[in-house]
Amino acid sequence: MDSHHSYSQVKGVSTGTTILAVKFNGGVIIGSDSRASMGESYVSSKTINKLIQVHDRIFCCIAGSLADAQAVTKMAKFQLSFHSIQMESPPLVKAAASIMRELCYNNKEELQAGFITAGWDRKKGPQIYVVSLGGMLLSQPFTIGGSGSTYIYGYVDAKFKPDMSLEEAIQFSTNALALAMGRDNVSGGVVHLVVITEAEVKHVVVPGNKLPKFHDE
Amino acid sequence: MALSYVLEPAVSGFNFENSTRNIVLENGSEEGKIKAPKPMKTGTTIAGVVYKDGVVLGADTRATSDEVVADKMCAKIHYIAPNIYCCGAGTAADTEKTTDMLSSNLTIFSMNSGRNPRVVMAVNILQDMLFRYRGMIGAHLILGGVDCTGSHLYTVGPYGSIDKVPYLAMGSGKLPAMGILEDRFKGNMDLEEAKALVSDAIHAGIMSDLGSGNNIDLCVITKEGVDYIRPHRESIYNYKRQAKYKYKPGTTPVLTKTVNQLELELVHETVQMMETAGSS
Repeated sequence: MDSHHSYSQVKGVSTGTTILAVKFNGGVIIGSDSRASMGESYVSSKTINKLIQVHDRIFCCIAGSLADAQAVTKMAKFQLSFHSIQMESPPLVKAAASIMRELCYNNKEELQAGFITAGWDRKKGPQIYVVSLGGMLLSQPFTIGGSGSTYIYGYVDAKFKPDMSLEEAIQFSTNALALAMGRDNVSGGVVHLVVITEAEVKHVVVPGNKLPKFHDE
Repeated sequence: MALSYVLEPAVSGFNFENSTRNIVLENGSEEGKIKAPKPMKTGTTIAGVVYKDGVVLGADTRATSDEVVADKMCAKIHYIAPNIYCCGAGTAADTEKTTDMLSSNLTIFSMNSGRNPRVVMAVNILQDMLFRYRGMIGAHLILGGVDCTGSHLYTVGPYGSIDKVPYLAMGSGKLPAMGILEDRFKGNMDLEEAKALVSDAIHAGIMSDLGSGNNIDLCVITKEGVDYIRPHRESIYNYKRQAKYKYKPGTTPVLTKTVNQLELELVHETVQMMETAGSS
């Protein structure tokens, strides 16, 4: 993801952020922090929702300008729902990611937002797609994004294992987000996780005081 | 699509035809320099809180134009629907017109659909409109209301970002007001507590921010109805004039008086009959 892009030029409310998604055995976890900032010094919201449901089993997490991201996900939600009605079946995760990519690529001059789309569908099971600022679409087994992601590349590269169990995956995501939030000033608040499997969608919230602590804290 | 509401046709953004002319005027030769007029801002403190039975919105009443107070009793809590009110900070004209348009659209929607508007619908319409104008409309809004799904408080930013929150302050005085809210907010407060909290938050903004001042307006919205308290608390600085300052007729002696008759020539006259035979 464009991790070296500085989000300080974003006008208005920005989700200078840490977002991630990771595939595990049977599903996918998508997670984020909950801080929204204005400029580099004012936290405009401690509890913003960055995990947006675009369909029953497909979620998007947003980074960058909050206004742009909300507008794109609204549009994507509408188009996806229309597509799903026309096809008379739940949409593929790739379809959702493609819709986001079309919007980001065609409007790349005006928009300043990046997304991680993750979910479950009948054809390929759990999947994760990254749609970056300029409209690149990439499929990955796990991915991190946002300004806080630069601090955890080492951690996720070292600790990720394919086919983790649900508990391992939750621990992995929580640790990664906690480490990023500990080092990045524009990420913070609580950790939001959404676990998406064939059977259900489960929200897990880890409040600040329950986050894992690392030796220097 | 679902029931339509009448929104103005989406023209692409603002008309910038005069920008080059304005730049030339402003950068003109020393004698020819002209300063562009600054729009009136409501350097403001507005706040909102969700309590047990509904929503309390509050605002100060000062509108400034640079260093001068342009309006001492400005109404910043705008009517949107019988169950939805909106506080506006930023450019006064933008907040007025945006909330007016929103209110008209929701009324049309209500009439067409036979349903009371929901707060979330108002928020979506605002978000669409402000995003389309890419931040050019300087409207920072706090939208609060009670509908069939409960009590809601939303913030809408000028770029089109929204957030649903239980308490909020906006405007130039938002930092001191947020301090009060962060300290004393609790979930499920009762009415008097909520009113006192919002009032104190606005008061903190008035005391610590130059752009906010004068009186405090409150608006309490519940399922039963709306209580618009204007003013809730008046400024302790009384502006009542001590004496009458009008000049009596005859104060200035009239020395001479000349009357010039204007020579008007009737050039052209047309008469158009109106259809007044009672039809509609």
